[in-house]
Amino acid sequence: MDTVNGEKKKKIIKTIKIDVDKCNGCRACEVICSAFHAEPKYSSNNPARSRIKVIRDPLRDIYIPVYAGEYTVAECAGRDKYIIDGKEYDECAFCRASCPSREDFKEPDSGLPLKCDMCEGEDEPLCVKWCLADALIYEEREEEVEEEETLEELEVGLESLASKYGLQELKEALARLSQQG
Amino acid sequence: MRYAETGFNLEIDLSRGNIERVATDPKDTELYLGGLGTNAKILWDRVPPEVDAFSPDNLLIFSAGLLCGTPATGCNRTIVSTMSPQTKLMAFSMMGGFWAPELKYAGYDKVILRGKSPDLVYIWIHNDQVEIRDASHLAGKGAIETAELIKQELREPKAQVAAIGLAGENRVFYASIEQGRSSASRGGIGAVMGDKKVKAIVVRGTNDINIAQPAEFIGLCNEVLEYIKYREEHPIPGVMPILAGLGSPQEMKVHDEKWHTENFMWGNSRVRRKGFWNDEIAENWKETLESARTRLISCFNCPMKCGATISMPGLPTYMMKCFTKLTYTMGAFSDLDFGLRIAQRATEYGVDGFSTPQVMAFALELYENGILTDDDFPGMPEDNEGRFYWLLDRIVRREGIGDVLADGTYWAAKAIGKGAEEYAHNTIKKHEQLPLKLSMLNPIYFLMYSTGEKINITQIEGQFPQAPFPKREQREEFVKDWIQVPDEKFKQYFLDWEPRGENSMPYYPTVPMVCDIVDWQEMMHYIDDALGQCAGLSSFPLKPPYHIHNYPKFISAGAGIDMDEDSLTQAARRYRTLVRAINIRRGMRRADEKPPADHWKKRFPELEAKLLDEYYKLKGWNKEGIPTQEALHKLGLDYVSRDFIERGILTEGEEASVPEDSEKKE
Ligand code: SF4
Ligand code: SF4
Ligand code: SF4
Repeated sequence: MDTVNGEKKKKIIKTIKIDVDKCNGCRACEVICSAFHAEPKYSSNNPARSRIKVIRDPLRDIYIPVYAGEYTVAECAGRDKYIIDGKEYDECAFCRASCPSREDFKEPDSGLPLKCDMCEGEDEPLCVKWCLADALIYEEREEEVEEEETLEELEVGLESLASKYGLQELKEALARLSQQG
Repeated sequence: MRYAETGFNLEIDLSRGNIERVATDPKDTELYLGGLGTNAKILWDRVPPEVDAFSPDNLLIFSAGLLCGTPATGCNRTIVSTMSPQTKLMAFSMMGGFWAPELKYAGYDKVILRGKSPDLVYIWIHNDQVEIRDASHLAGKGAIETAELIKQELREPKAQVAAIGLAGENRVFYASIEQGRSSASRGGIGAVMGDKKVKAIVVRGTNDINIAQPAEFIGLCNEVLEYIKYREEHPIPGVMPILAGLGSPQEMKVHDEKWHTENFMWGNSRVRRKGFWNDEIAENWKETLESARTRLISCFNCPMKCGATISMPGLPTYMMKCFTKLTYTMGAFSDLDFGLRIAQRATEYGVDGFSTPQVMAFALELYENGILTDDDFPGMPEDNEGRFYWLLDRIVRREGIGDVLADGTYWAAKAIGKGAEEYAHNTIKKHEQLPLKLSMLNPIYFLMYSTGEKINITQIEGQFPQAPFPKREQREEFVKDWIQVPDEKFKQYFLDWEPRGENSMPYYPTVPMVCDIVDWQEMMHYIDDALGQCAGLSSFPLKPPYHIHNYPKFISAGAGIDMDEDSLTQAARRYRTLVRAINIRRGMRRADEKPPADHWKKRFPELEAKLLDEYYKLKGWNKEGIPTQEALHKLGLDYVSRDFIERGILTEGEEASVPEDSEKKE
């Protein structure tokens, strides 16, 4: 396939399909995630450190496993509530952000943000492996992406960092990093 | 560092409003593990036999099991121990759900309540912040309603709440403690909580639980998960569906209730309705359950989803599991729709699903037979279902006849007199039992009913098939992958067990075999109750993922305590004996150890006496069921002997009745 910019790159897209109808609210996913990320591995366990959180409200039949995504400096200006099949979901219910508005996806002691890393180094995400209810299904697919896009992504990322820490600080940090590298 | 456990208990003196965080002795963990084991030690040390259930000196202990909060699948039990108002003995009911792991993450193994609060309160445990808070606005509220209100007022949707309803507040002798999808119901522990004026204990925790040998431990957990998957794909052939798989009996999933409705008794445990189940009822009940059940749900860290959320049209949603599905239906000779409706109210009130329907059916039987009269039931509706609601409302408020009935069939019959005792026919140690009446004595069940101190058959049975398989080939097939047996001899016991002929009940399994089988089954329950493991993945079903061969490894790798099969067996025997010692000190003797007289039609008094004698010997108990000095010494329980001798329960140097057989085992 030809493109203007020449090259296309292969990229593995890792997806976890979440079938909330199958979730029984057991939180095994939280248990294994927090155990896996303990230092040393499996030496402790604490669901509050998990990178997946099950929003569980049995009386309203709400079960949503949510994965920790990006850290965000500021909370959203507005908050949304969803009503699906007559069930009202709390504001922010489906959001993956580690955000100042809530305690989720932060280390309980330090407050540092948590993010799902798809269990780096394991054959499959462990939350998926431990969810015998099949509410979590792992899928991988290959996608071809233009390199430019990745650059764009990088730029967006850098911009957000610059807005957060200031351009000068970011430059210094980059300089430090490249010296180490 | 402490592993698996936190090493701290919360001691709360309700009379003075004092809260203390107390470090525990790791030596006690080695000797008594945790959960039930260490609860028993505390009750022995601190609650003398003169203290009754409603004394401020009675303790109410909420304990997480030793392995709760670790990644061990299904390890989520809260073991609640106290002195029972109904049996006057030690009660140690337990509940699944999410409470125990949360307590561990908050940094505690147990919450020990003593004294009595002057006003209704709830306890809020949030990591190291612990408060006693006013609960006057929650008085009279339902148990589930209470949990919701507290979570809202604290703005803590992730908090776990164990609460009582009106029944507990009014000290109904079979009041439960409710916790979402689970409850601790037997022995009237909810009444003790109400007596202490504690409406709820609310927990939220965000700390770590440490594991001694992480790689080994997670390896064991993964093996358990693999075995669960295997067992799900390979149900045991030749037994009825609820016994074929794992988990607590899957009552929320199954529709076919032919077995329960035709084999268990209806009403006041009286009437067996053979031929009850037909296509129309099957269709009807299926529709009721399907439309009421929103979802099958699990306890913490367990895939088995034995519970369900139930929404009956026009009623608030509640959660249910197990046999409560049918107890009200059958107590009232009604249908499933009624059963699920009244169970909603009963759950909010917080009452035991076994005892309550039987007490109500008992009252109506007395009424029909003229022992109770119209004067006792002023304003009671005419219709059958209406009467059950009416009685339930009176019982939990202790109004009129409800006040008498709130003490359970045993005490109510005594208070009523006029021959009412004949109608309180289904109790053991003063506590209502499963409504089962059978024909031929089953020696295994005879021993379990007689000597089980948790006083519920489901909390001592399991492991060994309930009945022989008809063909030898089937039995051979069954024993092939029976890895759970503690000793190969159990396979032989089972292989030779025939439905008919020489090797059939009541004389086969033989007395020594029966003793072995019961001892094994009971031991597994006791281990579960110390570790906090759900019986549904361990002591209750056939061929479970947890057993005597992998448990020592779990304890070693998890808690860092060196354990092998012998030392685990010894520890379980130690605290099991301690539970007995507590009850012996409270007056329990051989005469109390008997199933309801009408449990079987065909009885064998000589055989039964022999069974008790031999089992007592195997356990190291004398003819009265009292642990002997020698047996106590071997278990490191000399302090119990000393107390027994002081109280005149044993005499110094008394002839010990420990068989050679068990000497060898030590
Ligand atoms: S392990 Fe699966 S079923 Fe259990 S809470 Fe997580 S997503 Fe739901
Ligand atoms: S994929 Fe791994 S890191 Fe991500 S939530 Fe699941 S267990 Fe945690
Ligand atoms: S087996 Fe059932 S009752 Fe036991 S822990 Fe699992 S879900 Fe709960």
